[in-house]
Amino acid sequence: MTRRDIRTWLLVAPAAAWLLVMLVLPLVVVVVFSFGERAEAGGYAPAFTLDNYLNLGARATAFANTLTLAPLGTLACLVLAYPLAYFLAMRASPRWRTLLLILVIVPFWTSILIRSYAWIFLLGGQGIPSLLNALGLGSPRLINTPFAVLVGIVYGYLPLMVFPIYVSLDRLDKRLLEASADLGAPPWRSFLQVTLPLSMPGMATGSMLVFILLMGEFLIPAMLGGGKVFFVGNALVDLFLQSRNWPFGSAVAAALVLVMLVAVTLYMRFTRSWAGTRDDVSLM
Amino acid sequence: MTDRKDHISRRAFMDELQRYRKGSVTRRHFLGVTGLGAAAAALGAAMPILRPRPALAQSIGDRVVLATWPNYHDPANFEAFTAATGAAVDVNVFGSNEEMLAKLQAGGSGWDVFVPTNYTITTYVSEDLIEPLDLALIPSYDPAAFDPRFAGPGTVDGRTYAVSKNWGTTGFAVNTSQLGGAPVPTTWKEFWDMTRDSFSGRTMVHDYQLTTIGNALKYFGYSFNSVDPKELADAEKLLIDAKPHLFAISSDYQPAMRSGDAWMTICWTGDGKQMNRDMPEIAYVLGKEGGELWSDFYAVPKGAPHREAGYALINFLLTPEVNAREALFHGYPTADSRVNALLPPEVLNDPILYPAAELLDALEFGAAVTLTDPNRAELMARFKAA
Repeated sequence: MTRRDIRTWLLVAPAAAWLLVMLVLPLVVVVVFSFGERAEAGGYAPAFTLDNYLNLGARATAFANTLTLAPLGTLACLVLAYPLAYFLAMRASPRWRTLLLILVIVPFWTSILIRSYAWIFLLGGQGIPSLLNALGLGSPRLINTPFAVLVGIVYGYLPLMVFPIYVSLDRLDKRLLEASADLGAPPWRSFLQVTLPLSMPGMATGSMLVFILLMGEFLIPAMLGGGKVFFVGNALVDLFLQSRNWPFGSAVAAALVLVMLVAVTLYMRFTRSWAGTRDDVSLM
Repeated sequence: MTDRKDHISRRAFMDELQRYRKGSVTRRHFLGVTGLGAAAAALGAAMPILRPRPALAQSIGDRVVLATWPNYHDPANFEAFTAATGAAVDVNVFGSNEEMLAKLQAGGSGWDVFVPTNYTITTYVSEDLIEPLDLALIPSYDPAAFDPRFAGPGTVDGRTYAVSKNWGTTGFAVNTSQLGGAPVPTTWKEFWDMTRDSFSGRTMVHDYQLTTIGNALKYFGYSFNSVDPKELADAEKLLIDAKPHLFAISSDYQPAMRSGDAWMTICWTGDGKQMNRDMPEIAYVLGKEGGELWSDFYAVPKGAPHREAGYALINFLLTPEVNAREALFHGYPTADSRVNALLPPEVLNDPILYPAAELLDALEFGAAVTLTDPNRAELMARFKAA
């Protein structure tokens, strides 16, 4: 081994040790537990059984809710974040840009718990529904519905989507747009054929970031779903913190990791094959 | 609340506390006028560490962590404890005994004192999660003054592991102004039937297996504590059937009841009292079929990080003057005759706090088996995940 090799190893070692202790070991524990049995008063008792995996069907609704609302929430974030990021990168005057960017992050300075609590009041009967009622638009039930959870998701995760898109639009070579205009393309065509494809990496990164985090979400559904809109994350909280069935909880967690791996792989394939059909875009 | 001399109202107490903090009155005045003087004197005699001298305040540390239930303490009492000892009270709120047990089983809860319910104590003892109390550190606890019916479960095999906090019932609260002239429901059968009919979308149930499954069992007339698979299957069917009609599954139901989003909820005595006090249209009902009678305790987990401060807090809260103020604030009865002697008669005659004998007789204490029964635990989890 040359000195250079040793230096590389030394530099990599801390990160590798960290990953081993903080990521690989817990995962091993989860997998081992998932084949065990619930101890008499709750917890884990060593055993080897597949019962926990065979019982996964009992949480089918939680998986279905997560797999509907996580992609839907990601899509809603994307649709709402794009115009905002576009405005910040292309239209806002540089004088104001920094201030506006800070305003996008400001909500992060307060705990999501407190901000979700605010939404409980906004979506509760005395909030937006009573306002709608005063305007003669009826008084719909908003709180403790999937819609409320979606609102909370978009509110909570929007900044995570705005920033990657903003960065990709900001870096976009503006001369390409001038060239497009000089060649006679109307603005909408320039947008569709130049801006949008070139901002694809930002959209892909933002979507991945939001989607992965949403798959493990439990706080927003618990607060704005009233315990009725149940995510896999909520099932896990329940299994570990209420019914104390660690083995079944581990099996659900392992299944969630697996589902996520599949979803992310499919997503990467999809975006890669999309990028592969064009030679003007590179992803990541 | 009352002009009796042996304790002062909450408002006056807070005023005195503010004056003391601003330095406009002396500690002696503050302790004297609030009745804490007598308490502190008793404490000081038995526990030198509690003697009200700032220099000694550090000896119990600067904080104490309490795990308890929603709406279960008068914050003014915590402030007074901090003022007297220098230890700030860090409160963690839980919605079920299962949640507390899970935290303690996982280890590293960081609690110094917590509030378990009667039926859980034998499990905590057998799982070796709580310590036998050193009663010498809780001089304000006088076993002779407590009603053994409620204080008894704190003693296991002759050793005291937990001292009585409050007792109460689990019934339901209903906003009578939403009944549309119909009579106030009086049974669990009506509770579940209305939930699936006229009160659809307006009912809440606890996020707590004991009471939610227990009161679903009462719909069929089964025991509140049943672990019989067939009876549990009936209860599960009812719960799954009712779920789309529920407003929410949560043990913190006061906000939704007060805002009018929810009209009916499974409810504990004190929450019923607190809501009824502010909104008389909210009635507290004990189902005729029965339901739960319970008593809560203070206990100290093994390995409590601020053990001494934990004992000091228990001792402070069980001081009759302090405990009386707690009771006036949260509306739960105590089993301590010394506290009852300090409470005004209208409290002692309150039908929410002290239900009629025939309603009380139908109630059952929770059974230890329900805490650890895997079927009940999984039923609740399935119901929530459905």
